Amino acid sequence: MAEIFELGIAGIRSGVASGDFTAKEVAETFISRVSAAKSLNAVLVETPDHALAAAEATDKAKAAGEVLGKMAGVPIGMKDLFCTEGVATTAGSLILDGFTPQYESTVSANLFKAGAGMLGKLNMDQFAMGSSNETSAFGNVISPWRRNDGGNTDLAPGGSSGGSAAVVSGRICPAATGTDTGGSIRQPAAFVGITGFKPTYGRCSRWGTIAFASSLDQAGPMAHDVRDCAIMLESMAGFDPKDSTSLDLPVPEWEAGLKSDLAGKRIGIPKEYRVDNMPPEIDALWQQGIEWLKDAGAKIVDVSLPHTKYALPAYYIIAPAEASSNLARYDGVRYGMRDLPDGAGLQDMYAATRESGFGPEVKRRIMIGTYVLSAGYYDAYYTQAQKVRTLISQDFDKAWESCDLLLTPTAPSAAFGLGDKSDDPLAMYLNDVFTVPSSLAGLPAISVPAGLDGQGLPLGLQIIGKALDEQSVFNAGLALEERAGFVAKPEQWW
Amino acid sequence: MSVDKETVKKIASLSRIAVTEAEADALVPELNNILGWVEQLSEVDCSNVEPMTAVIPNKLRLRDDVVTDGAVRDKVLANAPAAEHGFFAVPKVIE
Repeated sequence: MAEIFELGIAGIRSGVASGDFTAKEVAETFISRVSAAKSLNAVLVETPDHALAAAEATDKAKAAGEVLGKMAGVPIGMKDLFCTEGVATTAGSLILDGFTPQYESTVSANLFKAGAGMLGKLNMDQFAMGSSNETSAFGNVISPWRRNDGGNTDLAPGGSSGGSAAVVSGRICPAATGTDTGGSIRQPAAFVGITGFKPTYGRCSRWGTIAFASSLDQAGPMAHDVRDCAIMLESMAGFDPKDSTSLDLPVPEWEAGLKSDLAGKRIGIPKEYRVDNMPPEIDALWQQGIEWLKDAGAKIVDVSLPHTKYALPAYYIIAPAEASSNLARYDGVRYGMRDLPDGAGLQDMYAATRESGFGPEVKRRIMIGTYVLSAGYYDAYYTQAQKVRTLISQDFDKAWESCDLLLTPTAPSAAFGLGDKSDDPLAMYLNDVFTVPSSLAGLPAISVPAGLDGQGLPLGLQIIGKALDEQSVFNAGLALEERAGFVAKPEQWW
Repeated sequence: MSVDKETVKKIASLSRIAVTEAEADALVPELNNILGWVEQLSEVDCSNVEPMTAVIPNKLRLRDDVVTDGAVRDKVLANAPAAEHGFFAVPKVIE
């Protein structure tokens, strides 16, 4: 039998249910995995008591013959963007130093209600702004993966959910929450060879999730495989009256609906995703993905999404604009840190607090956002970007006339070394070229690990679906997963 | 459109972020790089295109006009860097 730490959600759940091991044994296993992985810097706060309490509740419920929740006995990692009652929450920023939420985010509360426990709060790019986890105020997360060249270059786990990616791929937590604004679940999942799912905008409540760009932010699962993502998303999603954009719809039973036979499904291949300078290995993997989906019974069609090249620039107006507004709340008055120079008045206190509390990338984006929303520039930048967003969304609508799903690579490269791109914001932004368009259109998408490149690093394929059609996205993801047979794992060096 | 140092200082001030002269100097090319790149959006013909307001059509709900929470003053103040007499405390505002 596999070691407990090698199991994902489904394996733990069935092992606990059948009595192969107790939830307490599972929690203890992962608690020690977490505390032994400090060199990866993926966990900001360890919460062993939370995981143990949830495990004891599960063991007690099982002994009493009660029906167990969907996540019963599964301890997870929690991205530090989710407010957790009584547990320090920072969003990776110094400006929230000392902040201990007095309430629980809806997503984490839903997971705990389903029986999950929490192993710790996970490091991330500051306010989810970044694609390599290098903007965290608490240091870089180091990917568990290394190149096969015998060297020990530290690699980026991707971002912004870099801590989540590191702990799941290193088998340090069996699953973790992530959030995705422009690719922050899917790109890190691809970089570390795990599965990550971004649902339709509105499926998961944003209440209690620290806001970056409210019209884009969506929570989702990061886990070993497609089935685990389906189980976990069922527990995270659901209508929440406390979020005005929460979808008032029942949560489908995605796990029960999993089916990798794609007969009758049409998969679109968007020609605009064939970008310049794409490594031939990624192109080859994309071709392989096409063959896999054909093998699963799907029909392949060529489609065009003509405004794809404008998605990134539109995103880098819209997201900073929303961020500049959302992050106005960090003023040193109500929570977090305060920098009050001698003799300073209120305005100086705001400016000093925000100067010392925010990192450089966050400041850059707040200032870009402030500029594009300022008088005289609003229409030229912000309104124009929102119009382009409409065109991008219409591109997808048009594509759905001839196909049901889209297949693309998840990211334009494998994981890069820490520091390789951190001096060039634009080069970093380009990492999200394949994930941003579906974010702008609010569509569900999954990244599935599909192969290794010549350096021995994971590469992912992405499936994008129609709004609310998570099931088809899961199913096509499962078809890829079954055929890719991806079993590579990072060798433990930490 | 590109920004100069004065504009950068104005944006920083609007953003309530203190910047030194050296930081403002460094921000000029950084912001211009990004702004120059997003500039390409102006080449898209958007006549007769409505700006997007909601990605998934979703009517904003109304709820009954009743009190649904409250009486959590101490929780609200629990994270304040400075709180006195049940209020947030800030430096003197009126000279």
